[in-house]
Amino acid sequence: MSRLRIDQAVIAELVDEKSRVLDLGCGDGLLLEYLFHNKQVRGFGVEISHEGVHACIARGLPVYHGDIDQGLSDHQDDAFDYVILSLTLQAVRRPEFVLREMLRVGKRLIVSFPNFGHWRIRAHLAFGGRMPRTRLLPASWHETPNAHLCTILDFQDLCHQMDIRILRQIPLAAGGGLPTGLIRSGLSKWLIPLSAANLLAPVAVFLLERGTP
Amino acid sequence: MTTQTAPFFQSIGVVKTQFVELFTEGRLQLDCGATLGPVQVAYETYGTLNPDRSNAVLLCHALSGTAHAAGRHDPDDPKTTGWWDLYVGPGKPFDTDRFFVICSNNLGGCDGTTGPSSLDPATQKPFGLTFPMITIADMARLQKALVDHLGIDRLLAVAGGSMGGMIALQWALDYPDSLEAAVVIASTPRLSAQNIAFNAVARQAIMVDPHFNGGNYYDRERPRKGLALARMMAHITYLSEKGLHDKFGRRLQDREKLSFGFENDFAVESYLHYQGSSFVKKFDANTYLYITKAMDYFDPFPDAQTTAKRLAPVTAKILVMSFDTDWRFDTSRSKELVKILNWHAKQVTFEVFSSPYGHDAFLLYQASYQQSLASFLNRLYLEHSNATAGAPTGLEDGVDDIV
Repeated sequence: MSRLRIDQAVIAELVDEKSRVLDLGCGDGLLLEYLFHNKQVRGFGVEISHEGVHACIARGLPVYHGDIDQGLSDHQDDAFDYVILSLTLQAVRRPEFVLREMLRVGKRLIVSFPNFGHWRIRAHLAFGGRMPRTRLLPASWHETPNAHLCTILDFQDLCHQMDIRILRQIPLAAGGGLPTGLIRSGLSKWLIPLSAANLLAPVAVFLLERGTP
Repeated sequence: MTTQTAPFFQSIGVVKTQFVELFTEGRLQLDCGATLGPVQVAYETYGTLNPDRSNAVLLCHALSGTAHAAGRHDPDDPKTTGWWDLYVGPGKPFDTDRFFVICSNNLGGCDGTTGPSSLDPATQKPFGLTFPMITIADMARLQKALVDHLGIDRLLAVAGGSMGGMIALQWALDYPDSLEAAVVIASTPRLSAQNIAFNAVARQAIMVDPHFNGGNYYDRERPRKGLALARMMAHITYLSEKGLHDKFGRRLQDREKLSFGFENDFAVESYLHYQGSSFVKKFDANTYLYITKAMDYFDPFPDAQTTAKRLAPVTAKILVMSFDTDWRFDTSRSKELVKILNWHAKQVTFEVFSSPYGHDAFLLYQASYQQSLASFLNRLYLEHSNATAGAPTGLEDGVDDIV
């Protein structure tokens, strides 16, 4: 049995019912399956690993085995109501290109990423003198797939630069289990004041849409 | 990775080909404008049709396949094993304990279904080249008539590899209400110029054989050499360069040294000759001409407008699978199909497998391929048996923290 990660639970809350969803780097399809059954969405996952694709097939989810790049070029403009990139942004080769493609095929984007500005990571580098390794970013520097780590401030800058409108930003704290049914009411305990977010939140979820230039 | 030697007890066992005569009244309307009737269909079925007739799966065979997909015709002769026996049988992806599996010889074939070697009722002589031109859609149309004859309104899945995949795709387009899912393996939405070129050379090899005689050879010596040559060439395209080299390398055949002549020096030459000569014993040259032509003509998505129109009514879940060393129908061809389907927001699943075996990989055992195929079919089955309809698998309440 598996459970949604906290960022996935927050993402699930942001998705409207009966919408059309593209989940990039959907892994084993847990979030997508949750959305299919609890929000009656339609949609599609893109996943590079066979294990992930197998799991999605077993869950009855449509899935594309391959690179996020191709997974996006297959789709028409505005084909999806939401395009989700959950803890994957830091591992794509060309984050700006992927975000631009996401903006093309999706009306709204939901992006979650590990915040490299979190105090624990800063402390790790400042006092340990070595590249930080955390539960969220466990790989050592020479074998990590994470090529593009950023802080919340960095991501806000990129959004500004790319003319992306930030509809919501939800910095998340660490924590334990929370029944999914109670998320909406219980969410506040996970939230961190935005001002301190870049220092205190290990993860952030952003809801985005195309800005009007 | 080796070809699975499944014990015979896992097989569906001894099976027999059945025959039915369709279009005894009315005629089969063909895309070329001609009609045929009556039309004989050779088919096999495995498993049991459930009372509400909702567990049927149709398998579509490739160019040289037959109605004999699984089990054996002779229990003691492994050579009589069906062409997809690795995947069809009790406990296998096309699980005969669950599904009622149907496979029929394609229209234009030479294994019991009406084709150019059949007697033309008008003349009481074999059709030969007077047999009308047929298309992939015509093949699907005849299968639909068979499925209707068996009293089945809706198939759970139509599945096939290579040309069989084209037929499965055709089903999704032409009979959208008659299937739940289409499984399109090692296939393509259209033949490329290179694919057509290979087919053209194969047909030339047959037609320049001195025994071809304009296709009228059924009462005399047949164009064996031409057909063997066509098969030898096609066979190269079914294997990958690496697969072929790994198997034969530069090994010499029955000799220590080069002959410095034009005998079969190399093992691969001898292998191809064997492939060619064994093929001509069971296959008709005219069928080869007609079927390759039908593949050449296959192009369900010629332009944007036609594509949109054809895909509008399509509701089937479509599973597209490809193998990375297939160069007969390259993985990019499957992606081409997936892109067309995605562009029109169809329910598509696409997976590509790594295999050294090229195009033929879809017939061989590979664990990851087998698992995905089994999972997909299993899911179809579960969604249609009331027990677990649509319930999420393994999702607990609550969330996991990640930091």
